[in-house]
Amino acid sequence: MQTLEPVLAEHPFFKGLKPEYLSLVTGCASNVRFEAGTYIFREGEDATRFYLLRQGKVALEIFAAQQGSITIETMEAGEVLGWSWLFPPYQWHFSGRVVEPTRAIALDGACLRAKGEEDHDLGYELMKRVSLILMERLQATRIRLLDIYGKSPGGKVTYPSR
Amino acid sequence: MTIDQRDPMVPQRYRVQHIRNEIPDTFTLELVPEDGGDIPQFATGQFNMLYIFGVGEIPISISGDPARRKPLVHTTRAVGTVSRAMRELKPDDMIGVRGPFGSHWPIERAEGKDIVIAAGGIGLAPLRSVMYHVISHREKYGNAVLLYGARTPTDLLYRRELQHWRTHFDLDVYVTVDRATGSWRGSVGVVTQLISRAPFDPQNTVAMVCGPEIMMRFTAAELEKRGVATKDIYVSMERNMKCAVGLCGHCQFGPSFVCKDGPVFQYGQIKGLLTKWEV
Repeated sequence: MQTLEPVLAEHPFFKGLKPEYLSLVTGCASNVRFEAGTYIFREGEDATRFYLLRQGKVALEIFAAQQGSITIETMEAGEVLGWSWLFPPYQWHFSGRVVEPTRAIALDGACLRAKGEEDHDLGYELMKRVSLILMERLQATRIRLLDIYGKSPGGKVTYPSR
Repeated sequence: MTIDQRDPMVPQRYRVQHIRNEIPDTFTLELVPEDGGDIPQFATGQFNMLYIFGVGEIPISISGDPARRKPLVHTTRAVGTVSRAMRELKPDDMIGVRGPFGSHWPIERAEGKDIVIAAGGIGLAPLRSVMYHVISHREKYGNAVLLYGARTPTDLLYRRELQHWRTHFDLDVYVTVDRATGSWRGSVGVVTQLISRAPFDPQNTVAMVCGPEIMMRFTAAELEKRGVATKDIYVSMERNMKCAVGLCGHCQFGPSFVCKDGPVFQYGQIKGLLTKWEV
């Protein structure tokens, strides 16, 4: 039977992971697909899994009473959806809405946490990889906070007119 | 007294043929020489000094097709005294034009390689001429990728052309916005996040980047992270250009003048200057 191991090995999140760890991680993985317009998870629900996207597009949203759903960010193939599985209280902070039909590998959070506790080298490796994603998302958020295409509060243009 | 018409300090009289509002604050001017003569040949990425009589003169990149010189096309944003006055121009009004000036995008160097065009906000304007060139000489390039980021969907420049470029099967067009409302079905996030998604061979790519300076820094860093050498990354800088011929010194940038040695620089040559407080 074909396993998900080669698929996981090819995904950027697990690229270069030792084969023995890959084998352990594969035990927590399952193949999933979602139709456009559906929600993979909703804000406040238990974050039992996270997703390695293989195809499609997912929007991270938050709901505001006056504005409806606001898209925070979109995720596409090769990217990782969700880190709430790793930190208590293991609940989603945002909702994941499928924008385009999506194929992904779902990883069971409790299963991975248990394997990481059993083997701290694996746990450390996972933490390094998740931390890298957190850092990249934080940097991207900081750039967006700069509002580089707009005007500063004083009205001064922060961006050349060219 | 006769005036040497080729003197780069003497503006030529152009007539406004058409003015088009692109997005809020941003408009495109189409100009033709008053005397019906030819428009000087320009290269992608070069700029002209546009002079509103009695108000002032500003540098603006040429955003038209270098193979189709008439009319002369400039897109700019109404942010200062001169550009605001420019937005008030009407067809048949006169404007002074000096140029073209400066260095150009390395479209010849990119031949035979993948080409990545990364633009932020109105930074797409100086790169539109590259898009025109690549489309009309498509066989000379490998993968052709446009990465474009804007603040919101309503701030996307040249929207109809973007849609048209998306229909080209041999162009990879990626568009993202920093903020979106519910009706937007495209990507949300910063333009740097598009780099990992784009199909190009980093070892055989020339990248051209234009936008706010911070955007260019982070984009170049991300391209480097993907494996593109700094010698293969080009950025278009903007400083306070006045004379446009390297005499007045207003646009001095380290050992270079942006008007004469730029605005297009090889990233590796100026990387160290971008984080200096004073150069």
